[in-house]
Amino acid sequence: MRPRRRDRRFDDARDAAGNGVLDRRAFLRGGAGAVATGAFMAYAPSDASAASPPETPSGMTTPGAPLSPYGSPATFEREVTRTLIRSQPGTTGAGASRTPLEALEGMITPSGLHFERHHNGVPTIDPAQHQLLIHGMVARPLIFTVASLQRYPMESRIHFLECSGNSALMYGATPPTLTCGQTHGLVSCSEWTGVPLRLLLEEAGVDPRADWVLAEGADAAAMSRSVPMAKAMDDAMLALYQNGERLRPENGYPVRLFLPGYEGNMSVKWLRRIKVTDTPTMTKDETSKYTDLRADGTSLMFTYPMEVKSVITRPAPGLKMTGPGLYELSGIAWSGRGKIRKVEVSADGGQTWAEAVLAAPVLAYALTRFRIAWKWNGAPTVLKSRATDDAGRVQPTRDELIAQQGANVVYHYHAIQAWRVESTGEVKNVYA
Amino acid sequence: MCTREALAVATCVIVFGGCAGTAPRETPNLGRAATQAEIAGWDISIAPDGRGLPRGAGTPADGALVYAQKCQVCHGDKGVGGPNDRLVGGQGTLASKTPVRTIGSYWPYATTVFDYVRRSMPFFQPHSLTDSEVYAVTAYLLSLNGIIGEQDVMNAETLPKVKMPNRDNFILVQPWKPRVQ
Repeated sequence: MRPRRRDRRFDDARDAAGNGVLDRRAFLRGGAGAVATGAFMAYAPSDASAASPPETPSGMTTPGAPLSPYGSPATFEREVTRTLIRSQPGTTGAGASRTPLEALEGMITPSGLHFERHHNGVPTIDPAQHQLLIHGMVARPLIFTVASLQRYPMESRIHFLECSGNSALMYGATPPTLTCGQTHGLVSCSEWTGVPLRLLLEEAGVDPRADWVLAEGADAAAMSRSVPMAKAMDDAMLALYQNGERLRPENGYPVRLFLPGYEGNMSVKWLRRIKVTDTPTMTKDETSKYTDLRADGTSLMFTYPMEVKSVITRPAPGLKMTGPGLYELSGIAWSGRGKIRKVEVSADGGQTWAEAVLAAPVLAYALTRFRIAWKWNGAPTVLKSRATDDAGRVQPTRDELIAQQGANVVYHYHAIQAWRVESTGEVKNVYA
Repeated sequence: MCTREALAVATCVIVFGGCAGTAPRETPNLGRAATQAEIAGWDISIAPDGRGLPRGAGTPADGALVYAQKCQVCHGDKGVGGPNDRLVGGQGTLASKTPVRTIGSYWPYATTVFDYVRRSMPFFQPHSLTDSEVYAVTAYLLSLNGIIGEQDVMNAETLPKVKMPNRDNFILVQPWKPRVQ
């Protein structure tokens, strides 16, 4: 009897878009606790749910594990790791690892799962030995210790960081048969705390004719990028903390540059030097890489902001639907040009769309979580999400993006993602 | 070059001295003054007009020897066919469906080759080449790409004058604002 009543309630709920996308308030009506929702499962679902747990589980009959100095994820979550860890041939630290987006919720990425992109490994840096030089077109070249930076006024901001090459495989002729995180997981979001770069530049006294700064890392690639002075004096930060603790080594310990909204490569890790210059330095990573080759053979250079983008993370490749019924679709949206204004979701391949609920807080240059109820009838279909930012920019379709730029760009892929849900519950990446 | 820098510093002092009365924000001021000697030791970046290039020189022939020893295992014989980035060839492919981006076909500035090799290469021993060895490897790679002659010497004077074939095919989204001479 009860299942029938539940069904009737959702039959009454107004469809917000075709093929079972429900009104955004569906989950709020009559108390979500009374509603049986479909569950997503990771690979290889088991039938363990058939057996009831004991009335008095062992954890209730013996003392639990001791206190510990630094917590770790539950042992049962050991498969939730960074994924598709790939390095250049013959190397171990010149490549990338991805955030397992389909395993996560909310807007913050755990620091240990933040994606990595290194050009020659993670250096071991003793903060007591590390120094930052600011020089070039300044009145007073200055050297800062990490301890001295700790005494400066700090800001805390929640921002995404996205590698410019995130989702690059989507430019390919056939959709990658990878998990959501393996395809789109070169994006993560953290609370970053540090010193506005502007304060240190003002102390050094910037020559008004200087238009750029060069940022250089203390890694074995001495990774370096030129940054426009306007950005350096606006919201550029020397980040010391990530999600409340000091930066992880793979995120630039002890100090990194952070440029909100800009392609991740520019937020130089292990920062050792800022040189104030009149021109861009034209480093390898702003000329031969991180430039956008178009179909006509010309390239766009200095394409800094990451464009408006979204992806449904539940369900998504790497998860499996467990039969027809009510689900909550969940995903992330972000824009390097501001805040997310809305995310629309379609469960019929893009014929009809409904606006998802954006989870507060909705912040500029941060991942925004969106959710919407979907009643799956068990038939194959295609799910899509489409984000709009507060600058009015809308995610293009893949065809539109490629028609505009060609398929050789490598960087800044941000088209609408389509996931095909098979009747078996499998979720696949499709071009649709 | 030194005179030019000295002038720039003098101008800054005048400009900022003049601003001193406009309610400067109180900041911790914990930076220690860097000496010119310290800066010289740290400053390894090369501007596209060649500012920052050190003394030293090298030819393609010198570079071939260094390349065989230090670079070839990753980048292949004559810059082609190695497990890592191809460095030579690819001209005329950028508008095709399979573009080959190399130093010769893609890189807009020759100074970048010197800057990058000196700061990052060889991969397992960065900062191990002498400046003349870096000039030589740079010369070798430019020569293999047909951009300079086999006898051309690369140094602080000649390298910035090398015009890379693909330079004019970059569209700058962010303005450059060239230096006023």
